[in-house]
Amino acid sequence: MSAQPNLPDLTPPVSSPARPPMNFGTRAMRVHFGYRKATNLLVGGLAILATVIVIAPLVAILIYLIYKGASSLNVAFFTRPPAPVGEQGGGMANSIFGSGVILTLASLMGIPVGIAAGVYLAEYGRGKLLGNAIRFTADVLNGVPSIVMGIAVYSLIVMQQKHFSAFAGGVALAIMMVPTVTRTTEEMLATVPHSIREAALGLGVPKWRTTISVALKTASPGIITGCMLAFARVAGETAPLLFTAFGNQFWSFKLNEPIGALPLQIYVYAISPYDEWHRLAWAGSLVLIVLIMVSVTLVRIFASRGVLKGGS
Amino acid sequence: MADRAIHPSTPVPQRTTVTALAPDAPAAVSLPVPAAPSAIRSYLSQRGSGALADRSFGAIMLLCACSIFAIVIFIASILVLRSRLSLTQFGLKFFTGQNWDPVSGDFGALPFIFGTLATSLVALCLAVPLALGVAIFITELCPKVLRAPISFLTELLAAIPSVVYGLWAVFVLVPIVRDQLGPWLAKYLGWTGFFGGTNFGVGLLTASIILAIMILPIISSLTRDMMTAVPTSQREAVLALGATRWEMIRIGVLRNARIGIVGAVILGLGRALGETMAVAMTIGNHPVISKSLFAPGYTLASAIANEFSEATGDLYLSALIEIGLALFLVTIVVNAIARVLVWAVTRGAPARVA
Repeated sequence: MSAQPNLPDLTPPVSSPARPPMNFGTRAMRVHFGYRKATNLLVGGLAILATVIVIAPLVAILIYLIYKGASSLNVAFFTRPPAPVGEQGGGMANSIFGSGVILTLASLMGIPVGIAAGVYLAEYGRGKLLGNAIRFTADVLNGVPSIVMGIAVYSLIVMQQKHFSAFAGGVALAIMMVPTVTRTTEEMLATVPHSIREAALGLGVPKWRTTISVALKTASPGIITGCMLAFARVAGETAPLLFTAFGNQFWSFKLNEPIGALPLQIYVYAISPYDEWHRLAWAGSLVLIVLIMVSVTLVRIFASRGVLKGGS
Repeated sequence: MADRAIHPSTPVPQRTTVTALAPDAPAAVSLPVPAAPSAIRSYLSQRGSGALADRSFGAIMLLCACSIFAIVIFIASILVLRSRLSLTQFGLKFFTGQNWDPVSGDFGALPFIFGTLATSLVALCLAVPLALGVAIFITELCPKVLRAPISFLTELLAAIPSVVYGLWAVFVLVPIVRDQLGPWLAKYLGWTGFFGGTNFGVGLLTASIILAIMILPIISSLTRDMMTAVPTSQREAVLALGATRWEMIRIGVLRNARIGIVGAVILGLGRALGETMAVAMTIGNHPVISKSLFAPGYTLASAIANEFSEATGDLYLSALIEIGLALFLVTIVVNAIARVLVWAVTRGAPARVA
């Protein structure tokens, strides 16, 4: 705003020799220039400050988590189910196992559907109205709160079966994985050059085979990245599991029974009044974060190594 | 497979070149009829036409793609179906009623709507300037060496699960708000009326702060995308006119990316509206409407999380599902608006020159 009125006259002196050159040395000009420089520095400083403020909670959370969590981690944490109230010891072995079961179920259901939908968007639906509509719906679905998925799956499965189940939890998480996987698959397939597909098609390879063996194979590092990001995202979800998997203090090996999950157990322990349980909640959070961070970091390495960069 | 098909076929072009070398021979007479079809031809004739496989493959892909529609429709219809009881009993009064009394069966969701909007808006006020600052720093000011680690760290913020934020907030943030930040705000900003009353540490303010931390990464990473989408020539043009760096950012970058940035902010709002666990753990869970940010509140999502499993009676349950339906519709609309804005900028649309 302040710059426009003071833009120097750039007309070359040849065309208008009568005009005196612009004087930058006036006091007003110097004050104004100083003001502009000060604003520049101020904004730069504010941007740096903002970055520091943003990084601070992250560092604070991580340090506090390691400090609180590491002291509570022991072998029993990984091998024992929770101890009854008032008793020392106990762990979250059943919850870690339960999380594994639910996440496996979710991945088995969500990832194939997501990849197939991504293939449709990239290979068949490019530029079509239906393709655009599906892409848009996937983006919108990505923003639907996880708790809504929870009550929707509750209404569909739990109300019918009349009991909570690991399967219902898996379905809720699978629904959350689909849009993320779809969009990354599509983006990754879009980076595969058309000449590669045309080479395969020119050899008489049918389109489905071209898609699977050429396009998907070329894009596979990026697609794996997308799947792992989706996995990491749902691994920490608590809200959709509250009324589907429900949580369980004991071992459960059946898919149609309530099952424990790490985020659920952390939540239950965090809002409990017992110090011992708070301690376990911190330890559980540390384990959960390490799991997620390791997968995200692996994804980072994976994505930066390959030619294909990971999408959002 | 491709290798196998090409290799035996190499004699084929040689044979044709032989005939081509004799142009005077009439084609009809000396057309070399191959005794056996070429390897490619026999390979292709052995396999049926790929049409059926191709078509069914395409159909399966289409089916999976349409399952995304199906999911949205299924969520909407099942929520409407299960909340029918409350929909018919309360109608629009559900969203204006101030009473949430499960015992007498009177359900009004206004306190939840208020809590959701209040925490989300305060969170946006806190997060947007910070996110903009981070995005500006990373795209325009940051030395190249620091760029990757800082963007990685801000994205790590997004990888921390909601429940861990909640745990941290309960044990670290709540005491800070109660003992340090709260009294300070009450002393210096108490005259605004937003910081009055008793400060328990849990309440709208704490929930807003934790929400702000949680929506920061999504806003800043999208804003960054929008800013990098602005062509370098825009920056160079403004710099060539003698602008300082900030003037370049303001005139050349922010102005061109503003639609996308608004989209990013709205997307952050969508996240904030639906965030559940961390808010449920810090907001105090009390359905009241109060002007003070220290007061406890309740949001749509945290109400569902807390009361759903103890909901007794069909009306109670269907009222909670109606809250979920409202949340679903609101976030769909908010996200749709945000996506349209974001797409307008990134989908090859030329940067607007204002």
